[in-house]
Amino acid sequence: MTEALVTPQSARSVISAGRVVYLTAVVLLCAWVLVPLYFLVINTLSSPATVNSFPKPLIPEFDLGSLRFFAGFGGMLDALKNSIIVASMTMVMSIVIGAPAGYALSRFEFRGKELFRILILLTRAFPLPLLALPLAVLFIRTGLDDTTFGLALVHTTLAIPFAVLITYSLFSGIPVELEEAAWTLGCTRFQAFIKVVLPLILPGITASAIFAFVISWNEVFAAAVLTIQSRTLTAFLLQTLGEAPMHLKFAGGFILVVPALIFIFAVRKYLFAMWGIANR
Amino acid sequence: MAEILIKNVAKHFAGHTALSDINLTIADQEFMVLLGASGCGKTTLLRIIAGLETASTGEVWIGGRRIDHLAPRDRGIAMVFQNYAVFPHLTVFENIGFGLRMQKRPHADVTARVEKVAGLLHIEKLLKRYSGELSGGQRQRVAVARALAMEPDVILMDEPLSNLDALLRLEMRAELKGVLAESRTTAIYVTHDQVEAMSLADRISVMHAGRIIQAAAPIEVYRNPAAEFVAGFIGNPPMNFLPAAAQGRGRWLVAGQIFDGPDHHGPIKFAIRPEDVRPGDSGLAAQVRLVEPLGAHLLVTCMIEGTMFRAVLDSDLSLKTGDRLTLTPQPDRIRWFDPATTLAVA
Amino acid sequence: MSTRYLPYVLILPTLVFLCAFFLYPFALVTRQAFGTGDGVSLDTFREVTSYWKFPISLQNTMLLAAAVVPVQLALALLMATMVNRMKKGRDLVLYVWTIPLGISDLAAGIIWLAIFEQSGFLNSMMLGLGVIDRPTAFLSYQHPGMIFLAIALAEIWRATAIMLVILVAGIGLIPKEYYEAAEVFGASPWQRFRKITLPLLRPSLQTALILRVVLAFEVFAVVAALGGTIFPVLMGEIYAYQFDLQNGGAAAALALIVLGISIVFTLIILRVLRVPKGATI
Repeated sequence: MTEALVTPQSARSVISAGRVVYLTAVVLLCAWVLVPLYFLVINTLSSPATVNSFPKPLIPEFDLGSLRFFAGFGGMLDALKNSIIVASMTMVMSIVIGAPAGYALSRFEFRGKELFRILILLTRAFPLPLLALPLAVLFIRTGLDDTTFGLALVHTTLAIPFAVLITYSLFSGIPVELEEAAWTLGCTRFQAFIKVVLPLILPGITASAIFAFVISWNEVFAAAVLTIQSRTLTAFLLQTLGEAPMHLKFAGGFILVVPALIFIFAVRKYLFAMWGIANR
Repeated sequence: MAEILIKNVAKHFAGHTALSDINLTIADQEFMVLLGASGCGKTTLLRIIAGLETASTGEVWIGGRRIDHLAPRDRGIAMVFQNYAVFPHLTVFENIGFGLRMQKRPHADVTARVEKVAGLLHIEKLLKRYSGELSGGQRQRVAVARALAMEPDVILMDEPLSNLDALLRLEMRAELKGVLAESRTTAIYVTHDQVEAMSLADRISVMHAGRIIQAAAPIEVYRNPAAEFVAGFIGNPPMNFLPAAAQGRGRWLVAGQIFDGPDHHGPIKFAIRPEDVRPGDSGLAAQVRLVEPLGAHLLVTCMIEGTMFRAVLDSDLSLKTGDRLTLTPQPDRIRWFDPATTLAVA
Repeated sequence: MSTRYLPYVLILPTLVFLCAFFLYPFALVTRQAFGTGDGVSLDTFREVTSYWKFPISLQNTMLLAAAVVPVQLALALLMATMVNRMKKGRDLVLYVWTIPLGISDLAAGIIWLAIFEQSGFLNSMMLGLGVIDRPTAFLSYQHPGMIFLAIALAEIWRATAIMLVILVAGIGLIPKEYYEAAEVFGASPWQRFRKITLPLLRPSLQTALILRVVLAFEVFAVVAALGGTIFPVLMGEIYAYQFDLQNGGAAAALALIVLGISIVFTLIILRVLRVPKGATI
């Protein structure tokens, strides 16, 4: 064996060693995300007795006892319903209110534009849920206290900055010439928007709407502060954390996680465009 | 009849003037090219005519109707954009028929018209495709067809060929000229490419720093530039300038040679195009700095009394750096400019 | 409608909304915190900061942020660079890694509760491996370190994804040519990361850090699920003032303190990671 033959071989083995380390790291990081979720699934799909037993099995027994208990627990289904209502209202309001502003930012130069942008960005550096405190008082005065609509208003405030920035980046991705071409071809501003911009932007708008839904769905603090009777799922779970049995917590946690999985899957194409540009 | 009248149009953006006092008349069925470097205001002027931008002051008339307050859709214009702006979510057919659909024409009418212009631009086989499935040249054709399908009074084109590669540009240029001549529409065409301007235009408006410097037929702009800017902008390489010293009425000393010139007070510049000089016995004494053989001819860069001078000479000549030669200007091609006003002096 | 007014009409709803539900309540919080019946005073702040739980909850919040954010940053950078050179399976790996992005802090707390509770998976596995012979109550007074670890892990698990997404998007904006140029000039992969990726990624790093640090000071539900009252944090104290003690003024004052800390850190990050004018991609 000559040296000339040895060298490329060892070089190759160095490369493949690096490759093994790399692949191992990828697999480990995937496991880091997935294994805790798997534990939650085991607990959710086990009978209440198993959930409270020790040691735990590493395979779910596919028993719907815990979920049935969850569904039967007083007020839980109402809380779930409230969560869905609040999140849906937040989704609609934040897009209807935020998207026009995103359009204005992407298409017009106007006085005060920078100021407006700063206001939007400012909201993100603020611990927004804290604003629920004074609103609690205000809502009692206006009769909005303990209503799903009142909470949806606060959640919409959380979601609007994102809605504005995301739609801003989405609209900026549509060449303005497409609209101008439509104007020269006989469209009014509104017609051009409906016939040209909207069809192109719809998938992105859907993604940011789902995003607003999840912001509301996941929010704990404001929900807990602003609702008493009409609790959302997060607020209800938080309230019962102290005394609720383990299997109730895990089933509740599972129900909270499911929309998140669907959400990330549905918007995966837009995740980076949305976050990347919106955060510049 | 679609004569276009532009009266005292000016456009100011925050603290800077994009267009100042533009006056221009474009005759019915005329092909007018707005030519200039980027930032000269040519696109702004086109967009003001289209209604995509509002002039700060001034009026725009088309076919005897004042239109500067109207929305783009009410101006009887159609436009071809630099990036084509072919709607990506519609088929080629629906793109070309878009304007007709907006006018709520009967379907049969739309189909007939779309097929006609598609045939004119040789894209009848692409009607079912989407923009993503087209090449740049095909998109360009769709954009032109879409504008023509409107049968507009005026067609506006903003650098429509600049995104095509050189060969395709040449082909499209010839085709565009034919199609537009046939459609008998008034056309305004914005470009920074002087060859394109020369080949297409009935008249060229050379623009610089928000003003129209000269509006005239291509050959006139080339032969008799109205200002130094035009002389230096048009022609490749552009016109040569040499300082001239007064030697009595109408006689000027240029690089040691006396020329007959205009009767003019104050300093003046001598100008000649590179192809209008020949090596000869008497004339401008030049020293060769660089020889570039370009096939059809030689491009010779030389110095004449410390001023750079380019000459386009016969490729049979054998010249090398450092050679001395005498260049004889063709007398009827000599032009004179006043350095104070930069305007031509007759 | 005139184009001059159109943009204002379009931003009006957002503006009204933010005034009504952001600026106005912010003013209310401020007034409530400073005002005690008559005039402006710092009494409420004094009351809040002199309460015995304040130093410990402040310390806990800060320690948690200090432990969590650097690990998240390092992890997110590692994941982002790994994804960047991935060819096959990139979408799948990214999907998996970004799943926690959609998971609420409460759910994350519950998920890690499943691991750390007394009859949870950590104890089960340790028993299975024969390390212990009976389960330990990790999340109790006897094990404050374990509680801290559990909360930190849950936070890292949950909120690294948001940094990852911002950084992946940021890296995507860096033209490949810069790397090729650096390689031609002899830069090793590590040098390329140090000299090209990190500096050009600064705007994204800025955003990611601000977002994460501000959110780290707001840590609440994860703690509620894992530590309960054993591990007090600022946000939890605000909640307690509002509900258990029915003291709105104190809650407001504490909220302003959290806000103040957030602003200070935002400014520090902006300053440290500032991008020289004209040095952007």
